[in-house]
Amino acid sequence: MAHTVTRLTRFNMTSLALGLAFLYLPIVILVIYSFNASRLVTVWGGWSLRWYHEFFNDRAMLDAAWMSLSVGAVSATLATLLGTLAAVALARGERFRGRALFSGMLYSPLVMPEVISGLSLLLLFVALNAERGFWTVTIAHTTLTMCFVTVVVQSRLSALDRSLEEAAMDLGCDPVRAFLMVTLPLIVPAIVAGWMLAFTLSLDDVVIASFTTGPGSATLPIRIYSEVRLGVKPEINAICTLVIALIAVIIVVASFASKLSSARGESAAPL
Amino acid sequence: MSARRIFARPARLAAIAPYLWMVLFFLVPFAFVLKISLSQTVIAQPPYTPVFDVTEGRAALAAAFAQLSFDNFRLLISDNLYILSYLRSLVVAVTSTLILLLIGYPIAYGMARLPQRWQAVAMMLVIVPFWTSFLIRIYAWINILQHDGLLNQILLALHIVSAPVVWLSTDSAMYLGIVYSYLPFMILPLYATLSKMDGSLLEAAGDLGASPRQAFWLVTFPLSLPGVGAGALLCFIPIVGEFVIPDLLAGSDTLMIGQTLWLEFFTNKDWPVASAAAVALLLLLVPPLVLYDRLQRRQLKADS
Repeated sequence: MAHTVTRLTRFNMTSLALGLAFLYLPIVILVIYSFNASRLVTVWGGWSLRWYHEFFNDRAMLDAAWMSLSVGAVSATLATLLGTLAAVALARGERFRGRALFSGMLYSPLVMPEVISGLSLLLLFVALNAERGFWTVTIAHTTLTMCFVTVVVQSRLSALDRSLEEAAMDLGCDPVRAFLMVTLPLIVPAIVAGWMLAFTLSLDDVVIASFTTGPGSATLPIRIYSEVRLGVKPEINAICTLVIALIAVIIVVASFASKLSSARGESAAPL
Repeated sequence: MSARRIFARPARLAAIAPYLWMVLFFLVPFAFVLKISLSQTVIAQPPYTPVFDVTEGRAALAAAFAQLSFDNFRLLISDNLYILSYLRSLVVAVTSTLILLLIGYPIAYGMARLPQRWQAVAMMLVIVPFWTSFLIRIYAWINILQHDGLLNQILLALHIVSAPVVWLSTDSAMYLGIVYSYLPFMILPLYATLSKMDGSLLEAAGDLGASPRQAFWLVTFPLSLPGVGAGALLCFIPIVGEFVIPDLLAGSDTLMIGQTLWLEFFTNKDWPVASAAAVALLLLLVPPLVLYDRLQRRQLKADS
């Protein structure tokens, strides 16, 4: 029977279930322990919001959280602008001089070890005599995350039917108007998803921020990292759970946006 | 002129701003790394002697060239510490990539065989951890692995061990952390090739008398090699330069190159040596990066 070869076997199901459990169990355990009343991380002392209370009274942590949120928002916005422009140039610009260098510069940060990106940006900022703090971290994060935005938006643009833009131009639109009125509305969901991805990446980064920030302006991951090096603290469990909750909201919005994006793309294609 | 060509002209103009940004904040900084890796360490702020100063004219430039020093690179080659940390980075990256393949392949394979509707859900479930903070996911493991953590409690309760086992600050903890963090990067490219595979090929193999096992090794696996390559490189390249995971989970006897760079920079304040380590790390990564680029291009061609 040929059918046996393509069937979902018990082995397939088991490896899938174990794999997903492996990915999710540690996070679930972390979230549960953040509600632990006991100071000893591993002894269950009943449910409590004590550590959340502690976090909201920790001035230094709150400052770091605020710094991270604002760096994330500003850098994600810049990255979305620049990344979308880059995606348009790559997906619609045909051949142009320096294209290989351009795409090389945009793709290599995706796999570049963070220690190298961080160190090199710091050396630039020192050479420029820039005061290190909010703006240097923001610039560093923009540089890294715009590459991710480019990938997301470019793949959406490549999947779009180009005859839509061409039809608009045949009907008398100039290219800029055709882009603004036809292309842009169709890629808005991808742009939203790109912004979300950029924001979460910025919220996650320790290494690049450690290199590019100055004294007195630590981001949340830098603070978490220095606390974690000293050992597990229940307050950190609470902060991590809050960050996970924020990211969960972002994922829901982003996946909703991309669902909208593919639905529109499909309905637009037969036109 | 076709509408497509007319559209391309303003589209090209869109490249200007991101182009300038990437040149200034990605390309130029590498020139600084290279420059400082060739300069001398001094105890000052910033802690290196300037190498080039274009404003001083050509004579000064020539003098500066004469002063260029490969001492930092000589140090890297002569000092065992650096060679060991390079070797360790390579060993760790190769070992983790192999483990990731062994674990990731069956998961991706299982995903590709799910009914269409469930594939999207499984894909989402694999992508979500990628969005969740690296640091938080490593921290979650510290919670579990610490001396009186959940793992030891379970092992003790089940009488598998009689005394708590030391998990933290060991290589096994580090490998666990790396595999955990990079698993989505391995699964997604594997799934992408496996799900595109034509099921009728397997049916044909079955009709011709191949057992499921034979069909897998003779048909499925060879066809999935591009995905294996992409996944392996996507994991290998960043793992070589990994800092946070070994720093939090591994012991401190041998450092990975990313940790050495960090130590030289933040603890020893030796910027030139840190820069030299960065240049050397980058050179190490050029072959896999080129390979990855080639693989991607071939894939793009195959798709279109």
